[in-house]
Amino acid sequence: MKKAYDIIIVGGGIVGCSIAFEMAKRGHSNILLIERGYLSGGATGRCGAGIRQQWGSVLNATLAVESTHIFENLEEYTGYKGNCGLNQAGYLLIACTEKEWDQFQKNLEVQHQLGVDSYPVDLEKDVYKYVPFINTDGIYGATFCQKDGHADPFHCTFAYAYGARQLGVDILTYTEVLSLKAEGGKIKGVSTTKGDFEAPMVINCANAWAPGLAAQVGDEIPVFPERHQALVTEPVAPMGPNGPMPMVMSFHRKFYVQQSPHGSFIMGIAETEPVSFNIRSSWQFLEECCGVICDTLPALRGLRVVRQWAGLYDMSPDRNPIIEFSKNAEGLITICGFSGHGFMVAPRTAILVAKHLCNEQDDLDIKRFSADRYRTGELLLEPSVV
Amino acid sequence: MADQILICRCEDITKERLLEVIAEGYETIDEIKRATRAGMGPCQGRTCRQLIAQELSKIYGVPMEEVLMPTFRAPVKPISMGTLADAHKKGGE
Repeated sequence: MKKAYDIIIVGGGIVGCSIAFEMAKRGHSNILLIERGYLSGGATGRCGAGIRQQWGSVLNATLAVESTHIFENLEEYTGYKGNCGLNQAGYLLIACTEKEWDQFQKNLEVQHQLGVDSYPVDLEKDVYKYVPFINTDGIYGATFCQKDGHADPFHCTFAYAYGARQLGVDILTYTEVLSLKAEGGKIKGVSTTKGDFEAPMVINCANAWAPGLAAQVGDEIPVFPERHQALVTEPVAPMGPNGPMPMVMSFHRKFYVQQSPHGSFIMGIAETEPVSFNIRSSWQFLEECCGVICDTLPALRGLRVVRQWAGLYDMSPDRNPIIEFSKNAEGLITICGFSGHGFMVAPRTAILVAKHLCNEQDDLDIKRFSADRYRTGELLLEPSVV
Repeated sequence: MADQILICRCEDITKERLLEVIAEGYETIDEIKRATRAGMGPCQGRTCRQLIAQELSKIYGVPMEEVLMPTFRAPVKPISMGTLADAHKKGGE
């Protein structure tokens, strides 16, 4: 195995794998990607598997819309033979207060600027065309976008990894990066459980663990780990009007639930969590999640839960990603802080990074993602996150 | 014919499919689970994880006890959402 590369990527989630692929696609394939466990084994594989374009800020909506276009053809895009599990059954977002509903109107304007086909849904009759058995008590309004939906986080990651490997990228799994090596203000490589590797560029995509690595060279990345739990039921026949039940999501009630193309229901709630790397599951979550979701969707009461798990959100102060070019170790780039929506925006984020590194023009300005924004106050604010 | 033997009964994964993904480079039960869904059904891998472990042990020449096991996740046996939801309501009273 080679000991020196042009680029080392730390982290084999969708962010690391998609950047490896986008760089290789542009002719830079002398890359080593290092993953501590298996590919998608961190936050990516533990996420809720949702992709949505109904965002409230132009930036997030742009990233999500352009990422969705890639998800729509990811197998062909990467040459992957598996199935990435895309299913655009839609997202029904519900508003529970007048204030939330007002915000949804503003969000729709943003979405329409970007050509997203999202619209308000009449609660008296139309809502049942999307989710036939919804209990509308306490719901003030709802919006729907058919192009939102589900993609398989494992297979999407495997697809990017497959494409990258085909183009010559080396991937090392079950290998932990122990430390970054820097000298004279420049990054030199990494030390791992399988020896040292050299590279003049290191892209740190280690999610909640990224700030710890960056701190080794003196970079302060204000991102903190927060546990989020999820559960999945046994598969059942499609419960939506034309297939699987669309995603139903409420920011106010803090839950999301959707039926995967396989038939199982994936769901989660936002709990109050301390800053911690804890990813153990709790029985309290099982009960509360089912309680909250069965209030809105009583028809799900008969479904049996087969598995629960937990993962980490990498929370940034404004709940949006940080792309930081190190001032302490030139050549180190830290990309983290996706705060729970990294999976659905990763395809476009990887293009943003690759274009920047290859000196290509981009409509999006990568500098906006710098952690400098917490000093200047130019935050990337998003009104609609769970 | 022997390759049509079911390894994961919940998700209909045959030995043929298992050998296929191992040949594609998936090395551990965790990876095979995510690539094929073997072990994700109602029994949560109670049958198939041992069978997959046996194959990995044979192919990679490592003893069974050294084959990496995936995390065993609650609730172990399926429980209805209604039962759990009612427990939540009771807890709140």
